[in-house]
Amino acid sequence: MPLIETVDLCQKYNGHDVLKKIALQVEPGEVLSLIGPTGAGKTTLLRLLDLLDTPTSGRIYFAGTEVTRSGKTRSETRRKMAFVLQKPVVFNASVYDNVAYGLKWRGITRNELYQRVSGILETVSLSALRDRNARTLSGGEIQRIAIARAIALEPELLLLDEPTANLDPISISRIEKLIANIIHQHKTTIIMTTHDMRQGQRLPNKVAVLINGEILQTGSSRDIFTSPHNQEIAEFVGTENIINGVITTSEEDLVTINTSGKIIEAIADYPVGEEVCACIRPEDITLANSQAPSSARNSYAGKIMQVVPIGPLCRIEIDCDFSLFALVTGRSVEELDLVRGKTIYATFKATAIHIIRRER
Amino acid sequence: MNEIWQGLLEAIKLIVSLDPEILEISGRSLWIALSSCLLASVICLPIGGLIHFQRFAGKRTLISLIQTFYSIPTVVIGLFVFVLLSRTGPLGGFNLLFTPTAMIIGQMLLVIPIVLGLTISALSGIDKVIPDTARSLGAGSFQTAVVVLKEARFAVTAAMIMAFSRAISEVGLALIVGGNIKGFTRVITTTISLETAKGDLELALALGIILMFIALVINLVLNQLQTR
Ligand SMILES: Nc1ncnc2c1ncn2[C@@H]1O[C@H](COP(=O)(O)OP(=O)(O)OP(=O)(O)O)[C@@H](O)[C@H]1O
Ligand SMILES: [Mg+2]
Repeated sequence: MPLIETVDLCQKYNGHDVLKKIALQVEPGEVLSLIGPTGAGKTTLLRLLDLLDTPTSGRIYFAGTEVTRSGKTRSETRRKMAFVLQKPVVFNASVYDNVAYGLKWRGITRNELYQRVSGILETVSLSALRDRNARTLSGGEIQRIAIARAIALEPELLLLDEPTANLDPISISRIEKLIANIIHQHKTTIIMTTHDMRQGQRLPNKVAVLINGEILQTGSSRDIFTSPHNQEIAEFVGTENIINGVITTSEEDLVTINTSGKIIEAIADYPVGEEVCACIRPEDITLANSQAPSSARNSYAGKIMQVVPIGPLCRIEIDCDFSLFALVTGRSVEELDLVRGKTIYATFKATAIHIIRRER
Repeated sequence: MNEIWQGLLEAIKLIVSLDPEILEISGRSLWIALSSCLLASVICLPIGGLIHFQRFAGKRTLISLIQTFYSIPTVVIGLFVFVLLSRTGPLGGFNLLFTPTAMIIGQMLLVIPIVLGLTISALSGIDKVIPDTARSLGAGSFQTAVVVLKEARFAVTAAMIMAFSRAISEVGLALIVGGNIKGFTRVITTTISLETAKGDLELALALGIILMFIALVINLVLNQLQTR
């Protein structure tokens, strides 16, 4: 039985559909990452799941019991969950009291309270700040307090709304480690949102893509990364090469696609004449100074238009009648002497291409 | 001019020598104003919370109405309480007229709108995320209200102090329902007005200085609170 399940969950604000028929099932112990662009409705969905707001229509089940509207079950159920809000605020009280509040409301004895709070503060490395007024903490510290006071409750379901937004890389990795620890030690069921696709891939084991109030695809992060269901998802998950074309031949899972006069070969099964997009992840493209051996099916000569460093990598834009982005290491850039205006051969395997039907 | 200086000097002497009459009158003033404000707060905090947290028709109108009563003339409240407590009035049986209790009731009614109105605005000054956070951590509606009230504690205290300063400085009501009875209901403001009328400036000036001093302390405390 799923720990939490939604059926046709809809939410309207001022006549505008913010969530459309959300059907979500999360099993106990599962970790689900909701990814989607800003304004997609992620926060709205989490607020509904935490029973803070009431949906326009649809139902929510917690451990098999419907909890959508009845007042009493709602507050009881809310106590089995903990929700870290998108921009967490702390109470105007000490760090210790901030973590203690939720436990006090659950009527935990003084002694146990002290033990639990101290333990949690240790976990998030904030013991030294226990007597400080939480209002004086930095953004990253406040985020850790917010997570600490949520996990102190040992919830069955932990909801995290963009727990690492607006933080520096060190704080981000710190909080990701913390979440990974919670997953590892407590086997807590977690639903977290992010608009950072990479985070969705680093942490959880299941990903749901929420765009425009609809869940468009659910699956392992690898699935979504490599086989997005449609162009919108492909764009969101950072498939930088989305090339439009038409299927010209199709036999035994091997298709050829005509794109601005060039032919791309891919593994897929689509009828001839179908309008499709070929998605190629930039890291799957290899560059060479000479024509590749014949085994690689897709190899194109093109002119380097741009070289943009991204951290340790470089993003190379190549014009081979269609435009192609490749991601290579800084070392390759030096070795291959990749500079603007130079002609280069870009190669990718037929298996590295993901074909999706084009929507009209 | 000389007369005023003379009076001031005598007044300061009275204060420095801790004149028993001055101490008694000032003590009574403080006690009555303090009790009325505490009673008003006990009544207004829960009601203010209720008004703030509940959604109902006419909420805005109610709040404007409460704010209108901030500046109700003290003599009007005095008259109302007088009628209520006078021998033939509805509460005449309690024999409360011309007692400190009557003055406490009157001042309490006087400051209730201030405490109530300012408590509501203190609560609405708290970020909406605070009650959401409390609820998401498992607080019930009462616990949520307590959290919000706690967040607003400085502004709420400021409201109580504003009320206190209105109560201690008013004269009309104290005169009408207290009667300015020596040794029983005489307070700073009523004494000043009586003694001035009699031409006995020393006592009036001494009490005036004390009242100014109280006002100064109130202001300092308020300033402290507002910078929190
Ligand atoms: N209380 C509300 N009243 C009116 N509109 C709302 C309300 N809450 C959310 N919306 C609207 O619903 C849409 C979805 O908002 P939501 O906050 O759920 O997005 P999100 O996916 O969390 O975005 P972000 O990544 O920026 O946090 C937005 O267009 C927002 O303006
Ligand atoms: Mg959001």
